[in-house]
Amino acid sequence: MRHILSLLLENEAGALSRVSGLFSARAFNIESLTVAPTEDPSISRMTLVTGGSEEVMEQIIKQINKLVDVIKVVDLSEARHIERELMLIKTQAKGAAREEVKRLVDIFRGRIIDVTENSYTIELTGPGDKLNAFLEALDRRMILEVVRSGVSGIARGDRAIGI
Amino acid sequence: MTEPSQKEKLRGAEIFVRALKDEGVEHVFGYPGGAVLHIYDELFKQDAVEHILVRHEQGATHAADGYARATGKPGVVLVTSGPGVTNTVTGIATAYMDSIPLVVFSGQVPTALIGNDAFQEVDAIGITRPCVKHNFLVRDVKDLASTIKKAFHVAMSGRPGPVLVDIPKDVTADVCEYDYPESIELRSYKPVTRGHPGQIRKAADLILAAKKPMIYAGGGVILSNAHQELTEMTQRLGYPITNTLMGLGAYPATDKQFVGMLGMHGTYEANMAMHHCDVLVAIGARFDDRVTGDLEKFCPEAKIVHIDIDPASISKNVPVDVPIVGDVKSVLGDLTELLKEDARQPDAAALADWWQQIADWQKLDCLRYNRNSDIIKPQYVVEKLWEVTGGDAYVTSDVGQHQMWAAQYYKFDKPRRWINSGGLGTMGFGVPAAMGVKLAFRDEEVVCISGEASLVMCLQELSTCLQYDLPIKIVSLNNRYMGMVRQWQEFFYAGRYSHSYMDAIPDFVKLAEAYGHVGMRIEKSVDVETSLKEALAMKDRLVLMDFITDQTENVYPMIAAGKGQNEMHLSPEQSSTDRELA
Ligand SMILES: Cc1cc2nc3c(=O)[nH]c(=O)nc-3n(C[C@H](O)[C@H](O)[C@H](O)COP(=O)(O)OP(=O)(O)OC[C@H]3O[C@@H](n4cnc5c(N)ncnc54)[C@H](O)[C@@H]3O)c2cc1C
Ligand SMILES: Cc1ncc(C[n+]2csc(CCOP(=O)(O)OP(=O)(O)O)c2C)c(N)n1
Ligand SMILES: [Mg+2]
Repeated sequence: MRHILSLLLENEAGALSRVSGLFSARAFNIESLTVAPTEDPSISRMTLVTGGSEEVMEQIIKQINKLVDVIKVVDLSEARHIERELMLIKTQAKGAAREEVKRLVDIFRGRIIDVTENSYTIELTGPGDKLNAFLEALDRRMILEVVRSGVSGIARGDRAIGI
Repeated sequence: MTEPSQKEKLRGAEIFVRALKDEGVEHVFGYPGGAVLHIYDELFKQDAVEHILVRHEQGATHAADGYARATGKPGVVLVTSGPGVTNTVTGIATAYMDSIPLVVFSGQVPTALIGNDAFQEVDAIGITRPCVKHNFLVRDVKDLASTIKKAFHVAMSGRPGPVLVDIPKDVTADVCEYDYPESIELRSYKPVTRGHPGQIRKAADLILAAKKPMIYAGGGVILSNAHQELTEMTQRLGYPITNTLMGLGAYPATDKQFVGMLGMHGTYEANMAMHHCDVLVAIGARFDDRVTGDLEKFCPEAKIVHIDIDPASISKNVPVDVPIVGDVKSVLGDLTELLKEDARQPDAAALADWWQQIADWQKLDCLRYNRNSDIIKPQYVVEKLWEVTGGDAYVTSDVGQHQMWAAQYYKFDKPRRWINSGGLGTMGFGVPAAMGVKLAFRDEEVVCISGEASLVMCLQELSTCLQYDLPIKIVSLNNRYMGMVRQWQEFFYAGRYSHSYMDAIPDFVKLAEAYGHVGMRIEKSVDVETSLKEALAMKDRLVLMDFITDQTENVYPMIAAGKGQNEMHLSPEQSSTDRELA
């Protein structure tokens, strides 16, 4: 099963490699991982998408918790939560395709954030499957470049992860 | 008006040495080099911290490790950058696998050069990351003292383990105020020590309802200094108990409730009792694959209680029914209190039947061997060593058959006396570890049981033993084979002894003498006891006893990797009974 984990960790050199090293050393899989400092610059927040059986997930969470730099781990998928991912796409945009792409961007509530005679750069946020759907809707041959941020997640409602 | 408090300003190297002193460190095992010369200069100027100059950095880590296992204090190592620190990796990994507290200080190139492929630069933090509990790079002299405090705190608390502190050379030259914190808090690291009362209550219920109980105690009991609590509870209940290789000495081996070690080379009775028990109480043990064998067949009838300070050890390999996260000492204390107050008693009739069943398994006498052989049997040497040392020596070992015979035939009644590399299985561990133990306990008998292949892996430390007057005794069980490898090749590769024999074995007597020690070669069974006594009588000399043993001897019982606990190979002595007695 797919799980989305939220981590608070010390914002220290090497903390990221401890988490990613743990996953490779213990043969756990990582689907995506994003990390950045929080409003408190001494703390980073990481969102990690992974998967495995119940037993594997239990080990993953315990092993992450064991890392000395990790302050907290929460499995967001255990309760209602929101996932968002940012995607930047550069596509060809010539002739008839120019209108076609623009229409598609509007349907997906994306934004064109840079334009040249031949191309658009598009910004799109949403859950991963929405981004996938957009990519599928585009003519593959027109895509020049895709950059995805990986998933960020947060709990719904008043629940907040703090230290 | 009050004066602003004046704190001393010191150079990083001085801070380093002062911090060790303030931490109560008495011994450091190390080897100098460019990146740590400022520190070595400070060591030279004082005598509160004694530095032991080893002959190889691997030796330093194993010596510090042996010291830590025997004393319960952290082992401290100091090495230079580059090859100095890479040489410690095997020793650090050895300590990591067995949860031994070490603090390893490595020199690093100056901060401005980090990342430049500077002379003797390696990414020590990166190289050691997977085999330390934690590591630190000190970038600023202002963080040096507090980082040292953190390193000792992390190494010693919770599930202990090795911590590396990498110190760039410029940090040891920079100056700042010295302030060594009394204690330290890490918001991201707070190990649980008290067990959950509700869980302990559930454990008590299960334990008291057992008809075929079994206690399985491991290295965590020793790390927690909880042997008394374990012994008290076990004797109050009257239940059978087994120890893992790492747990030997946690419960007195000569006590009648002790059924021997369990696992791959455990006793028949211990493994059979595991297989048939209905309640298993696992205490500070981590269900290693050398213990469980085939997980599908492990303790098929048992409800399991597991006490461990590391939540990640619980339900990792075997799902458990009552997990208790906490320090063994505290949890067993609470559990015993509950058992005392409880009006219920263990089911005496069921327990009597269970002990009868165990006694039947014990009749097989699975550790029997030919005691009348002229050729020296390795088991005989260990048994005699146990006798002549009154069972009271500190025994270290290397890795192989000799290690298993030491574990099976030396009956440890006290904790911290049996010192071996279980998790990593590091050949070369024995001699330096014995050296570290002897340094801590100069008046005690310290014996290293080794094999001729393991022995040469860290033999250079014989020089260190001479320099610091550490007269350990070495018992070499010389079978002219990497016996453990040969045994597997005999069993599983139709006797194709691929590279498990060494043609050019050194003359160990001369080798001992070359290092300034005493060497003895013993070739006949009749001479075993007298030679041991003779060697042990040389109190102030290191004696290497080279016992020429039976080349074909194997370690029994044996559960082949991946087999069930009840599927044991027994020795040819018992081959007619090589069967499942279930
Ligand atoms: C050649 C060879 C053969 C071997 N054969 C066998 C064999 O037949 N039988 C055998 O048993 N082993 C054998 N081993 C050793 C085996 O590989 C493991 O090292 C060993 O079984 C682990 O012992 P343990 O479970 O006691 O755990 P340890 O490695 O000692 O781990 C201790 C456990 O206790 C926990 N702990 C630590 N401190 C505390 C505390 N204060 N409170 C609570 N919990 C704590 C830790 O979290 C950990 O889970 C062999 C090794 C070699 C090299
Ligand atoms: C550093 C290292 N290399 C290889 C091994 C694999 N190994 C395990 S036991 C063994 C043979 C040990 O031979 P010896 O020291 O003579 O002991 P014996 O088994 O003969 O008693 C080997 C090579 C190991 N455990 N450690
Ligand atoms: Mg050998």
